[in-house]
Amino acid sequence: MDYMTLLSVLDGTVRTAAPLVLAALAGLFAERSGVVDIGLEGKMLAGAFAAAAAASVTGSPWLGLLAAILAGIALSMVHAYATVTHHGNQVVSGMAINILVAGLTPTLAFAWFQQGGQTPILQSGERFQSITLPLADALGDTIPVLGPLYREVISGHNILVYAAVLAVPVTAWVVYRSRFGLRLRAVGENPSAVDTAGISVAKLRYQALVICGALTGAAGAYLSTAQGAGFVRDMTAGMGYLALAALIFGKWKPAPTLAACLLFALADAVQIRLQGVDIPGIGIIPVQFIQMLPYVLTVLLLAGFVGKAVAPKASGIPYVKER
Amino acid sequence: MASGSTNGTGDAAGKGFNQPGEVPGWVNYALLPALNLVAALAVSSLVILAIGENPIAAMGVLLYGSFGYPEAVGFTLYYTTNFIFTGLAVSVAFHCGLFNIGGEGQAYIGGLAVGLVGLWFGGAPWPVVAIIAIAAGAAGGAAWAYVPAWLQAHRGSHIVITTIMFNFIAASVMTYLLVDVLIAPGQQSPESRQFDQSTWLPFMHQALGWIGIRIPNSPLNLSFVWALVCCALVWVLIWHTRWGYEIRTVGQNERAAVYAGISPSGNIILAMAISGALAGFVGLNEVLGVNHRLILGFTGGVGFVGIAVALMGRNHPIGIVLAALLFGALYQGGSELAFDFPNINREMVVVIQGLVILFAGALENLFKSRVEALFRRSTRQPATAG
Repeated sequence: MDYMTLLSVLDGTVRTAAPLVLAALAGLFAERSGVVDIGLEGKMLAGAFAAAAAASVTGSPWLGLLAAILAGIALSMVHAYATVTHHGNQVVSGMAINILVAGLTPTLAFAWFQQGGQTPILQSGERFQSITLPLADALGDTIPVLGPLYREVISGHNILVYAAVLAVPVTAWVVYRSRFGLRLRAVGENPSAVDTAGISVAKLRYQALVICGALTGAAGAYLSTAQGAGFVRDMTAGMGYLALAALIFGKWKPAPTLAACLLFALADAVQIRLQGVDIPGIGIIPVQFIQMLPYVLTVLLLAGFVGKAVAPKASGIPYVKER
Repeated sequence: MASGSTNGTGDAAGKGFNQPGEVPGWVNYALLPALNLVAALAVSSLVILAIGENPIAAMGVLLYGSFGYPEAVGFTLYYTTNFIFTGLAVSVAFHCGLFNIGGEGQAYIGGLAVGLVGLWFGGAPWPVVAIIAIAAGAAGGAAWAYVPAWLQAHRGSHIVITTIMFNFIAASVMTYLLVDVLIAPGQQSPESRQFDQSTWLPFMHQALGWIGIRIPNSPLNLSFVWALVCCALVWVLIWHTRWGYEIRTVGQNERAAVYAGISPSGNIILAMAISGALAGFVGLNEVLGVNHRLILGFTGGVGFVGIAVALMGRNHPIGIVLAALLFGALYQGGSELAFDFPNINREMVVVIQGLVILFAGALENLFKSRVEALFRRSTRQPATAG
């Protein structure tokens, strides 16, 4: 594998990792506040549809992004209403959202655009374009190793990729350095203590879920208006669950979660490269085995065979004052 | 992710799912599910209105498409068969306080086992094949559920997450097997060769034909009978055996179970193995009964429908049969709906399914607390007056 191939694999890794990072950070806010969210998948899918539909109608990817964020937040509020206000089962609620959206998006796309459950293919002005960072071409040719790295891997992505990169330190700052973050972590570990301190558990969880919805919406918008050019049914294809796995793999912490997303995305990029390639001494590795790798790793991690993942203590348990 | 208990669903779920409140049974088992269904249908109607169709006309077509003519009934019952299996599977896990999202993967692997029986026992008479396939489907599904169960019981890994992961692992394994291993020679699409015709599970129209009853052709086959037998078996198991008693005790209060000398880990594994086995029987219907070969993605989401069915059916076999029938009707009527209305496609049914899970599962307290309050008030009044 020469250097340029390596760079192209890394470039693919970044592209795949971006939506995973956004969705995993979304899950981080929800779960750190004590609300389990397996509805990341559905919210991403809703975001992807809303973004493509709005971008296609208005011609602006930014309005698409806004629509996606609103769709994500709306579904997050359904989740909050069921699980925080009515103390419903969080896993069941997340599942309901996933299934609802899996049905709703093709239904609406089918009725509104008459293209068999897709949105029209977006023109270049209706999508987020890749940005060439300053001096990318000049440096790429003059500086040996780092120049091409800068040109191929770091430069040339759309704005949402950079937003995802930026979201990691911002999340880390919010969770560990801000007052909101302190309360967020507290409410995920010991809600009754937070309640005793006179802070509303429900309000905090609602706030966390608003952030969660916005981030999943953005992740969905990335799929349909930046990476792809329009919505196709089930276009998330399990990416929300993969983000959940990355979150667990990252032990509910921002930087390790980013690392897990990059690892899973790398596995995906390598998998595309390895299709049908005969590796000396090993032979052809069936792509499916690389595809299942993130899931197997997550199971092993959860089982405590690879490190140990400890969830926020109160996650999954509805908070009832009188208990 | 409740670290205090190893339950997949936590305390609230255990209470909500099976503990009768202070209200009479019919409120819990008939009125509340009916209210949930009405709410789900009402929101679905809004969606149908939003896409510019008439919801009442659509429901009419749905009903006609599922029960309106004899052939449709056969199709409805064929879908119902799958949903009974997965609904029972989810409910057995629920009784142990576990949320089994892995029905999809368990059905897939169970179907693989059934398919291998079909491939290997070519020429054998169908009753023999059917019995072996039942054992194989159960073993396949149970095996796929066993690993997450063991990890939950002994390593504390959260069963919801592991079963989700196992769905994806099953999908990858099956794609690999069908693309690279089991694919019929000279075949383009990833599917196995067709089983020997002697091994096929008889269709209901054939079976009833033997005793002189003629019904129209449909994919409905004898696995429907097995589904009903499974309902009876689950009923006996859960409410009339020591195993069922222990499973329910662990599901309701794990600590009490430990004090009573009941092992939570053993029962978690037992309940999940039974759950997986029931999901594995989907293969009996789809693989041995209808497709007569292994194809990619034959489960098509039935594991997830099982969640809606179990919630709607209040985890009781009779409720599950009724809820499965409802979803069978939705799936069959849904295709009719797509045919008659230019703006509606099949996925509309999935919308209803999601809403049922939302109202009957996640929002179960929405109506419950109100109905219970209403009921308490109405029973208290005569007492204060007199």
